[in-house]
Amino acid sequence: MKIMVAVKRVIDYAVKIRVKSDKSGVEMSNVKMSMNPFCEIGVEEALRIREAGAASEVVAVSVGPAQCADTLRTALAMGADRAIHVVSGSLGPVLPLSVAKILKALVEIERPGLLILGKQAIDDDCNQTGQMVAGLLKWPQGTFASKVLLDKEKQVATVEREVDGGLETLSLDLPAVITTDLRLNQPRYATLPNIMKAKSKVIKKVTLEELNVEIKSDLEVVQVTEPPKRKAGVIVSSVDELIDKLKNEARVL
Amino acid sequence: MRRGKSLKCFLAGCHLYQHSACIYPEIPNSASAIFQASRISLIHYPESPLQSYDKFNPLRHVCPMASRGGVLHRPNKESLIATSRIHQRSFGSTTINIQRNPSFSMINSDDINYFRDILDDNTVIQDEDRLSSANIDWMRKYKGSSKLLLLPKDTDEVSKILRYCNSRRLAVVPQGGNTGLVGGSVPVYDEVIVNVGLMNKIISLDKVSGILKCEAGCILQNLDSFLANECYLMPIDLGAKGSCQIGGNVSTNAGGLHFVRYGSLHGNVLGSEGTLGIITKVSILTPARLSSTNLAFLACEDYSSCQELLLKAKRGLGEVLSAFEFLDTNSMDLVLDKLEGVRNPFPSSLHKFYVLIETTGTDDSYDRAKLETFLVNSMEGGLISDGVIAQDINQASSFWRIREGITEALMKAGAVYKYDLSLPVEKLYDIVVEMQLRLGSSAKVCGYGHLGDGNLHLNISTPNYDDNVFAQIEPFVYEWTAEHRGSISAEHGLGLMKADKIHYSKSTETVRLMASIKKLVDPNGIMNPYKVLPQSIYSP
Repeated sequence: MKIMVAVKRVIDYAVKIRVKSDKSGVEMSNVKMSMNPFCEIGVEEALRIREAGAASEVVAVSVGPAQCADTLRTALAMGADRAIHVVSGSLGPVLPLSVAKILKALVEIERPGLLILGKQAIDDDCNQTGQMVAGLLKWPQGTFASKVLLDKEKQVATVEREVDGGLETLSLDLPAVITTDLRLNQPRYATLPNIMKAKSKVIKKVTLEELNVEIKSDLEVVQVTEPPKRKAGVIVSSVDELIDKLKNEARVL
Repeated sequence: MRRGKSLKCFLAGCHLYQHSACIYPEIPNSASAIFQASRISLIHYPESPLQSYDKFNPLRHVCPMASRGGVLHRPNKESLIATSRIHQRSFGSTTINIQRNPSFSMINSDDINYFRDILDDNTVIQDEDRLSSANIDWMRKYKGSSKLLLLPKDTDEVSKILRYCNSRRLAVVPQGGNTGLVGGSVPVYDEVIVNVGLMNKIISLDKVSGILKCEAGCILQNLDSFLANECYLMPIDLGAKGSCQIGGNVSTNAGGLHFVRYGSLHGNVLGSEGTLGIITKVSILTPARLSSTNLAFLACEDYSSCQELLLKAKRGLGEVLSAFEFLDTNSMDLVLDKLEGVRNPFPSSLHKFYVLIETTGTDDSYDRAKLETFLVNSMEGGLISDGVIAQDINQASSFWRIREGITEALMKAGAVYKYDLSLPVEKLYDIVVEMQLRLGSSAKVCGYGHLGDGNLHLNISTPNYDDNVFAQIEPFVYEWTAEHRGSISAEHGLGLMKADKIHYSKSTETVRLMASIKKLVDPNGIMNPYKVLPQSIYSP
């Protein structure tokens, strides 16, 4: 069984984000980019399933401009077997619905038994792609997975999900879509031997025409602004002053 | 300063002595810092009127004695200063047999009134709780008994304080973040603590030249965050950056993790650990912050591989190499054991040595490719047995946490005897091996440090302070270092811990020269007494 993992190249989690002065977006030039942390967890889970013997191959895929290849190299350096890069050229950020359509097209070519994605990307926080692609494929989905157990014989995945009320356990018939949450696993480091091996692994480039997918965005980003700055606290010198402030300024009394 | 010009001429004349006196001129230590050219252009001297040189009563110079676990002994005749028993995590480890200098006055109520007059009320501190934390160093090894802590807000206040203390012969300890490791920033007896922590304004940054002007109390990490916004960075980086202040860094001539790339803040006269004056403002030429950093954590099987790796890295990585650190297996074990949330990059196997290599450059893919090629070649050549490369900033931080966390882990493990040595790279690890042989199973010897600049942090960890262990360590470690033409203080400074050890690394003439400067600038000897130089300089 093949496992396909979708990964996204985003601004590194630890970078301090700055909004561009024209409010059209976020400062992206000269900023460190890395694999989305949830996608990293997805790659790790796929590798563990393969190492447990329940899958034969892990294929990493990404949609984006030329630099996406770096992110795919990281996936290969972690241990993925091969990668597919869907080149989106200079179209700008590709939105979840478009990514879902692309993944559907890839799935129909590659026929994996499991499609793993991060639950959301840390740049847009959409939390949509996994759910949308499951809907398009009409596959069962286990989102916010904090534990995944694969039964190879029965072709069933048991997924423990983190939901608002606690933990929910689902049983999914394969093929299925799983999106990863933080506590699923701790991703491995890219070791030198694996980095060496990754150099000979294939990153296949695919165009949108080949997949027969048309990207049209029905969303337009109008403005990006920083959230309002937190006001500094004030030290009061007496209880009377505190009560006065609570009454007249904060108006909570 | 009235005597400034004559002092500078005197120093210029001294320059000749530097090369013959220094054993390793390229290895910075607080002694040679006094003579070397300054990168800092605007050091504010407090206005201290220099009186004519006065002779002290000669003090008896006695070597420090071994500890008596748990108690600091300060034998003295003053009834004011009591022996102090330290509770909680402190381990008294050194008995200093230096007498309190009787020529120093004791604080009286007139003094307090004067300070209350010239400073804000809430910056003249006599409260015992606040004093107790200012009186003890980070390692909880040295505890003074000062009764007064002053927090000046600007240079003018510092100047008034020093002028007054000089006229009253009150001894003064300059203090910043109090993160020093040689007891240089806390009082020995009842010296007045002058803490510049409130002087934490960033004055200006020239965006073209990168010259940063700030007050001495600015915390290093805050300066770096500020500079990050403007695409510059602080040229020094140490584990204590969240608490240490730039004034202290300059006066101890701190080196740090990026020394191999950016050098140190080679001090001018005030690289003197607070014995010649108090730094109030600093002007630093900051390098441009480059956008791409890569970090690799590597495993080597013997020290000679680490060494060869360093040589190859300097050539193979060249201009992008920005840090080269090493740690041995004992250090790694300690960190994994004592610190929370630390992950072993090589969980499945044990290695004898670990190396951290960092590159900083302008082109991420180019630098990454360069690093990977270099490491792959080193692996094929047998120098590295395993390695990982950080894929994002979080992974890089977790690698640095291992190296920067060793000091903290050592503190949690119990008692630690800490030595900071500069040695020729080939010999660097030999002292670790020899020390472990000497001590056997009574202690765990850890070696780690800035291999890129030949700086070893030798740490001996025992559950408790033990006289027998100490006797095996000192003076052997200093003698060994001197024999191999190393320096007994690479970057930590001499402070109180090594105040009488300077002769292991500097000749008598050099020490005499340093003493003359001290007596010229501070004839009453009130600035950070009992430290850096041995008490014998005061005997005729």
